[in-house]
Amino acid sequence: MSEVVPNWVRVGRLSDIPRRGARRVRNGAITIAVFRTAENRVFALEDKCPHKSGPLSQGIIHGDCVTCPLHNWVISLETGEAQEADEGGTLSFPVKLDGDDIHLDLNFPSSLRKSA
Amino acid sequence: MKQKLVIIGNGMAPGRMLEHLFDMDPDAFEVTIFNAEPRVNYNRLMLSPVLSGEKTYSDIITHDDDWYRDHQVTLHKGARVSQIDRNAKAVTAENGITAPYDKLVIATGSLPIMIPLPGHTLEGVLVYRDLDDVEQMLSAAKAGGRAVVIGGGLLGLEAAAGLREQGMEVTVLHLMPTLMERQLDPTAGHLLEDAIVARGIEVITEANTEKILEKDGRVAGVLLDDGREIEASIVVMAVGIRPSTALAASADIDCNRGIVVGDDMRTSDPDIYALGECIEHRGLCYGLVAPLYEMAKVLAENLLGGTSEYNGSVTATKLKVTGIDLYSSGDFIDDEDREEIILRDGMAGIYKRLVLNDNRIIGAVLYGETSDGPWFFDLLKKQTDISPMRDTLIFGQAYQGGAPLDPTAAVAALPDNAEICGCNGICKSQITTAITEMGLTSLDGVRAHTKASSSCGTCTGLVEQLLTVTLGDGYKPSAVTPVCGCTDLGHDDVRHLIRARALKTLPAVMQALEWKTSCGCAKCRPALNYYLISDWPAEYEDDYQSRFINERVHANIQKDGTYSVVPRMWGGVTSATELRTIADVADKFNIPTIKVTGGQRIDMLGVRKEDLPAVWADLGEAGFVSGHAYAKGLRTVKTCVGTDWCRFGTQDSTGLGIRIEKFMWGSWTPAKVKMAVSGCPRNCAEATCKDIGIICVDSGFDIHFAGAAGLDIKGTEVLGHVKTADEVLEHIVALTQMYREQGHYLERIYKWANRIGLDEVRRQIMEDAAARQGYFDRFVFSQKFAQVDPWSERVSGKDKHEFMPMSDLTLEAAE
Repeated sequence: MSEVVPNWVRVGRLSDIPRRGARRVRNGAITIAVFRTAENRVFALEDKCPHKSGPLSQGIIHGDCVTCPLHNWVISLETGEAQEADEGGTLSFPVKLDGDDIHLDLNFPSSLRKSA
Repeated sequence: MKQKLVIIGNGMAPGRMLEHLFDMDPDAFEVTIFNAEPRVNYNRLMLSPVLSGEKTYSDIITHDDDWYRDHQVTLHKGARVSQIDRNAKAVTAENGITAPYDKLVIATGSLPIMIPLPGHTLEGVLVYRDLDDVEQMLSAAKAGGRAVVIGGGLLGLEAAAGLREQGMEVTVLHLMPTLMERQLDPTAGHLLEDAIVARGIEVITEANTEKILEKDGRVAGVLLDDGREIEASIVVMAVGIRPSTALAASADIDCNRGIVVGDDMRTSDPDIYALGECIEHRGLCYGLVAPLYEMAKVLAENLLGGTSEYNGSVTATKLKVTGIDLYSSGDFIDDEDREEIILRDGMAGIYKRLVLNDNRIIGAVLYGETSDGPWFFDLLKKQTDISPMRDTLIFGQAYQGGAPLDPTAAVAALPDNAEICGCNGICKSQITTAITEMGLTSLDGVRAHTKASSSCGTCTGLVEQLLTVTLGDGYKPSAVTPVCGCTDLGHDDVRHLIRARALKTLPAVMQALEWKTSCGCAKCRPALNYYLISDWPAEYEDDYQSRFINERVHANIQKDGTYSVVPRMWGGVTSATELRTIADVADKFNIPTIKVTGGQRIDMLGVRKEDLPAVWADLGEAGFVSGHAYAKGLRTVKTCVGTDWCRFGTQDSTGLGIRIEKFMWGSWTPAKVKMAVSGCPRNCAEATCKDIGIICVDSGFDIHFAGAAGLDIKGTEVLGHVKTADEVLEHIVALTQMYREQGHYLERIYKWANRIGLDEVRRQIMEDAAARQGYFDRFVFSQKFAQVDPWSERVSGKDKHEFMPMSDLTLEAAE
C-alpha cells in the first residue's frame, strides 16, 4: 500500500470569505465549508453536521465554533467535533494560508489523521 | 594597540550597544561610526511626539556631540557607506572616507516600504521613518489641507495623530477591517477606531488604494478601488518596514529577508556582526525596540570575547498617542485549547483580554488601562503558572496578595467611602447601611432606596456583591434570564442600555455592557443585531453575519440544504400572469414542489442555493418582490374577499389588507408578525388567532391582537374599535412599533403583551394620542431604510459570495 502524501490545493482567497462567514468548495461528491473567523483564522470542515447533515457553511460563526442552521448544534471549527452535550463529528481538513491564498490538504481529513 | 571597531549606522541599537561596551571596557576598541543621517544619535521612538509638537529634536537626542568626544568615538555624519571590502577589512563611504576595521558591526536598520502605486514618486508622497520625514510633514502641515495616511498600523496611526495635532485634516486608509490587526483583536481594534475618530481623524477600513492622484506635478489626492476619491495635500505611506540589507548583500554576506545572524550576533563573516532592524535571527525580523536592546547587550559582551547568546524575543506593543492607552503582546487568537479572561468596564472605556493556555498567559490585549501591561508581559515571558491567582488575575498586580482573593472579597476589602455608583455618587457605606437598616434583600430594593445601580447599571455587579457581602447566604440574586451565556443581562436591560447609552454598533454594545466573550454567540448576535436595527434605523449597518441563514439569503433553508421561495402576493391576491410566471420558473429551474401556504401564498420548495438569484430575477420581471416568508418581520396579511364579492361583506377587507401589507412590508420585528383582515364577523380570514387581526363590522373596524396558533393556541384580545380604514392603519402601525421597541428577540406579540399587560398596550395605543402618534412616526421613519426589496438587490449582484461556491475542484480537475 502506498503512503498517503499531502495534496495541497488552492481553493480561493481569504478576501473571498467575509469575516465570521463561510464559503463552500465543491469537490466531487463532497462539499467542504471553508470558514473565516473574526480573528482571520481559516478552517475547513465537510459541509455536513454530524446530527442531520445540515450545511454548516450556512451557520452563524462565533469564536471558533459554528452553530448549525438546522438544529443549533455547535460544532468546533478546529476539530469538527460537536460541543457541549452533543456527540459526533464531521471531517476537518488541514488549511494553509499563503498570503491571501487558502490551500486545503484534501488527502488528510481528520479521520485519516486519527488512524494514521 | 587597540582593536578597530567600525559601526555602520547610528540608530538606537548600536547606540545602546556602545553604552554596554563602554560600561564593560571603555578602552577595548577604537570606535568609528558612519551615519548616513547628518546627525548624532536620537531616540527614534520619540519621533511621534516631535511630530505632534509635544517634543523637539533636541529633547530626543540620546548621545550628543560631547558624548562622542568623551568616549573618543569618531562619528562621520552624513556619510553613507557604499562598500565593504572584506579582504582588505575596510569600509568606504560615498563621500570617499575609508576606515579599516578589525571588527565590523552592521546596523543599517530598515527602510520604509513604499507601495509602487501609480503616483508614488510625486512630490508630497512621504514615508515616516526618520527626522527628515518628520520635518517634511511639519512643513507640509503648516500649509494646511488634508493628509491621507495609508496604513492603520502603529506608525500610521501615530503619524495621523501627529498631523492632526498640527492642524491638518487627516484620513487614515487601512486595508484590513480593523486597525492594528496584527497587534489587536477586533474588539480592541474597534475601540481604537472610536478613539481615533473622536480626535477628528477619519478612518476608512477595507480601503484599497488604487492610485495617487496628481495635479501640477504634486500629489492632489488618492483614488480607492471602489471609486472613491479623497483629496489630499500630502500622502504618508506607513505600511511597514523591511530590513536594509543591500550593503551587506553586496559584500556577499548571507541575507534572507534580513542579514542572517546566529545566536552570537555574528554574520556569515566571523569578523562582521549585525544587529537591529536589519537582521534576521532564527527566521524572524524585529521592528520594536525591546529586542534591539536585548541584541545590543549580547553583541557588546561578545565583542569583548564573551559567549552570550541571543535567543529571540517576545515582543509587546504600545501605541504612543497621547490619551490612547493600548498595550498588546503575544498571541491572542482563539483556539481550542485556549481560554480567555475578559474584563470590560464600559463606563471607563476599559477592555482587557488575557489568553491562557495551560494556566499560562500567552497573549494580552489591554485597552484604556494599561498599567498592568508590563506585569502581564513579565508573566507571559516567564511562562508563570497563574493558577493560584487566576480568579483575580485580570484585575492586575495590585489585587494579588499573599492569599488568593475572590472578587467578592475584593469588594469587601474596599474602604467605606469607595464610590460604587458613579452616576449617583453613592459610596459603599451608604449601600451597606441601607441594606442593614432597611432590611433590603434585593437589587431592586437597593436601587429604590439608594439610587445606586439605577442609572446606567454598570455597577450592578458591584452592588450585588455588596448584597452578598452584607447578607451572606440571605441574598438570592433575582432570576432575570440572561440573553445568553455571554452576559448576565436580560433582554430588557440590554434594550434599555442600548438606548440610554446610545450604543450603535455590535462591538460598542459588547464593550459597554461587558460581554464575556469576544464576539458573542449564535443566540445574542441576532438579538443585538435586531435591537440595533430597531433603535437606530438610519445609522446602524445591518450585520449579515449576525443573522440566521434565512434572513441572510432571503429564503428558507430546508432539511436537505435547498431553499424555498415565497413571492409576495399582496393580501393573498394573485393573477393569471403571476401564476403563469410561477409555473414557468418552476419548470425552468426544476423546482420539485409547489405548495399553498397557510398565509395565502405560494411556496416553491427545493430551489438550489446557486439558482436563487436567477429565480428571483425571473420572478422580479413579473413584478414579484420578496414575500419575507423567512423574516422576523411582517410575513403576510390574509384577507377574505369582502365587499368586492361576498354577500355578507361589510367593508373592503381585501383592499385594507393590501394597503396594510404595502405600508408595513420590510419592517423587522422581534419575531414574525402575521396579520389578517376579515370582512365580517364570520371571520373567514381567521383574524382572531393572528398577531394582529381586523374584523370589519358595519360601524367600522374591531382591532384584535395577541392571538396565537402555533406552539400555543390562543384567541386574540380586543384592542379597540375605530371608524375608518385610516384609523386602522394608524393604530396597528403604532401597536407594531410599540412591540418593535419593547419586545424581546424571538418573543411573539402575545407573549410581549402578556408581559407588559394588555391594559397598558390599550392605554398607550387607544387612549394616548400623543404616544400613538410617536410610535407611528418612528415606524414610518424606519421604513425609509427597510422597504428595499432584498431580492432585486441580490439580482443586481449584492452578496454574490452568499450564493456561489468559492470554487469547484471537480470542474478544475476536469479542465
